[in-house]
Amino acid sequence: MRAGSLIRVLLVALLLAAAATAVAIFIPWLPDNASKEGGRIDFVFWFVTAICIAIFSVVASLSVYSLIKFRAKPDDDSDGPPVHGHTGIEITWTVVPLILVIAMIVVSSVALAQNDRNPSGSMRVEILGQQFAWVVAYPPEGATEDMDGFVCFNRGPGNAIEFARRCKASPNLLLPLDRPARLHLTAREVIHSFWVPEFRQKQDAVPGLDTEITVTPTKIGNFPFICTELCGLGHALMRTRAIVMPESQFEAWRRRGSR
Amino acid sequence: MSTVVDEHAEPEVHAPPSPPKPRWRRLLLGPGWIRAVWMTALFWWIGFGIVVGIRALAGWDPVVFWDAIIVVAGLTAAPIGFLAGLGAFDYWLAWAFGQPTKPEDHSGHGARRWTDYFRINTDHKVIGIQYVTTTIFFFLAGGLLAMLVRAELARPEADFVDPQTYNELFSVHASLMIFLFVIPAFAGLANYVLPLMIGAPDMAFPKLNALSYWLLPIAGIMMLTSFFFPGFGAGWTNYAPLSVEQPFGNVFFSMAVQWAGASSIMTALNFLVTIITMRAPGMTFWRMPLLVWANFTTSLLVVIATPFIAGSQFFVMFDKLMHTNFFDMTEGGYPLGYQHIFWFYSHPAVYIMILPGFGIASEVISTMSRKPIFGYRLMALSLVAILILGFSVWAHHMFVAGMATWLRIPMMITTLLIAVPTGIKVFSWLATTWEGRINFSTPMLWGLGFVSQFVIGGLSGIFLGAVPIDIHASDTYFIVAHIHYVLLGGSLFTIFAGIYYWFPKMTGRMYNERLGKFHFWVTFLAFNATFFPMHIIGIQGMPRRVYTYDPQFGDWNLFISISSFVLGVSFLVFVYNMIVSWARGPRAPANPWRGMTLEWQVSSPPPLFNFDEVPQVVGNPYEYGVPGARHAVFNGTREEVRAEEEVRA
Repeated sequence: MRAGSLIRVLLVALLLAAAATAVAIFIPWLPDNASKEGGRIDFVFWFVTAICIAIFSVVASLSVYSLIKFRAKPDDDSDGPPVHGHTGIEITWTVVPLILVIAMIVVSSVALAQNDRNPSGSMRVEILGQQFAWVVAYPPEGATEDMDGFVCFNRGPGNAIEFARRCKASPNLLLPLDRPARLHLTAREVIHSFWVPEFRQKQDAVPGLDTEITVTPTKIGNFPFICTELCGLGHALMRTRAIVMPESQFEAWRRRGSR
Repeated sequence: MSTVVDEHAEPEVHAPPSPPKPRWRRLLLGPGWIRAVWMTALFWWIGFGIVVGIRALAGWDPVVFWDAIIVVAGLTAAPIGFLAGLGAFDYWLAWAFGQPTKPEDHSGHGARRWTDYFRINTDHKVIGIQYVTTTIFFFLAGGLLAMLVRAELARPEADFVDPQTYNELFSVHASLMIFLFVIPAFAGLANYVLPLMIGAPDMAFPKLNALSYWLLPIAGIMMLTSFFFPGFGAGWTNYAPLSVEQPFGNVFFSMAVQWAGASSIMTALNFLVTIITMRAPGMTFWRMPLLVWANFTTSLLVVIATPFIAGSQFFVMFDKLMHTNFFDMTEGGYPLGYQHIFWFYSHPAVYIMILPGFGIASEVISTMSRKPIFGYRLMALSLVAILILGFSVWAHHMFVAGMATWLRIPMMITTLLIAVPTGIKVFSWLATTWEGRINFSTPMLWGLGFVSQFVIGGLSGIFLGAVPIDIHASDTYFIVAHIHYVLLGGSLFTIFAGIYYWFPKMTGRMYNERLGKFHFWVTFLAFNATFFPMHIIGIQGMPRRVYTYDPQFGDWNLFISISSFVLGVSFLVFVYNMIVSWARGPRAPANPWRGMTLEWQVSSPPPLFNFDEVPQVVGNPYEYGVPGARHAVFNGTREEVRAEEEVRA
């Protein structure tokens, strides 16, 4: 490649990178972040976005330049130069993507490991998905788990899930600010999925399994809490709220009318 | 360039017909549609008798149990009767019963009238056209369903169809597009061109080839008739336990997948044997066109992976009808087991749906750029790398499913590693166009459109491969955008590239170039307008598979729906162009694109047995710009071939 065409390709690449960056920045992609875990996920998101913008601008500038520059003139029946390959270039475009991929794997793994931890002093919350509503239950301090790993949900006659009366229940997910909550999920009949876009955290609730996820709310507010796994006719309506409040207010709510 | 073989006079090459039987006897008992109709009915009643007889003998109540009758008589026995009536098994049955098999008079080979496309035909060229036209029919049907889905989603409220119908619309849409369009459309194109490309007179097993085509309409009709039996509403993924809990009609999906899957496996075996044993002399593996490489790797994926989806759907059906408990945790089953088995097929299926497209893109881009494929061996090896890695990534569909958390890390590593061989292919296509003489004909527009859209789909795939981002984005419209960029911008665009590229070869006529380009640009723009905004609303918080949603996404959804209707209408341009050009287009020359691969060295359409003399392959398939280079010689004596080989070396 000659210097002149190299400069032109670079110019096109910069232009496309600027356009892609504008798309990334000016379109409101991610909703507000309201959890500590969400912050780490956002970091991975922007890290991958930066790499993808770089790849996109390289690929797009080369193709745009090539398609404009090397179009055949009408009645040009000649062939192009018989270039069969170039070992150096081929090694480059194998190794460079490999390095980028490894970087993304490392960053993702670190963020995942941090998000997967169950921090000491976390609050236990149990969530049951059922057609078509969520039951959020708060076990009393020091309560022990039963066979299925849950405090608030037991198996009754015919293996039907029953609610343990000693727990406080709510149709919404109420959480105190800045205190890590360990959510334990299960489901009654079919698979459901927990998702609060502002927390970035998602986890399927599977009948018979205890799946866990950590959320540390960092913002007071009222966020959508939706089911994202097709669970039947009412799937689209299986929406409720996740409400984050100051610790004192949460404790007051928890004591109020507790059974 | 090699010599062009003249088209031969076709009817004369056949043996005279056997002594005539009475006409009514031939019509009623000979293979064909009349026998298919009464044998379908006969087999239905046999199936009915089996179910009712067993239930009566065992004393089960009720004796006439329709759920079992529909599965056994309607979805199993009647289709076998249809195939037998049409004549798919005649030769094998005669052999099995010890009757003298008829000497092959080639009367079931080739198409002389349009009606020859509606019977059992052993000519790979006829079967290829049968495949492509059938799959386009199901593509239009699936597209219509998608537009009904978009009609519901145009406004946030539920206002167009009821929830069960809505769930069935998107489930059948996806199933038709995957099992009745993308996978068999590629099989159809390869059926036509692959034997030609390797210099073979036909596929290795022509009768099996005919059978595998006729299984397809059966599967497609089952999926479409499921609307009359509610229950096929758990998505094309048909996750247990939801699928087990669905109404009875869910078995239509379970059974249709068996028929479509059997068709895939038979075709793949046929391709493998054809590629391994029927290459022309001199056609070494390293001289095969990349389309042949692509179908070789795809066929390996199909034969290894497809039995898993068959198994997963049998499990669901057994849980549903026979009350087994494969997926019920309280009875010792395991709900995630379904997802592991299902994705062990359905992830490789993603590559089954794109590798043949890679092959088509390589053919088109090299020929239309007038340059050899850049890095041919690395291109072939990257297909093999994708084949191997493709089997180790299935659980990336399950990052939030509740499987062991550590399992997500190895699955993320293999998933992101696949970006490397895929990237190699994209870079190689770009390098192939570099300094070429690019001819922006319709096939090339689709080929380049594919590369550009597949890059976007590949990049959104990197986001989804990174576990933390996937946790946020999975089961949202971001996923919907991603799969449509890879399956529509990827697979569909290459299918169009292939149809336009080989249309002159298949029909002997040229399509209308201006309409073809118009079709490309309308589809390209409407496609991006439809699917790019889905990335945004998905990340912002709109889940998939919902008929009503948060009003904040209303404006984008209205825009998407309108774009999708434009997208739908754009395919009518294609259908019009194909029908009119096939009937009245100008005659096509043997080699309109000046291609070097073997299918272009014979007439358009090719002679009945493809090659009047066996081609001698003497060089690589993409030697554009190499003075005097030839891929193959015809009529070559041993000495000439050897001399040619030495020049190449």
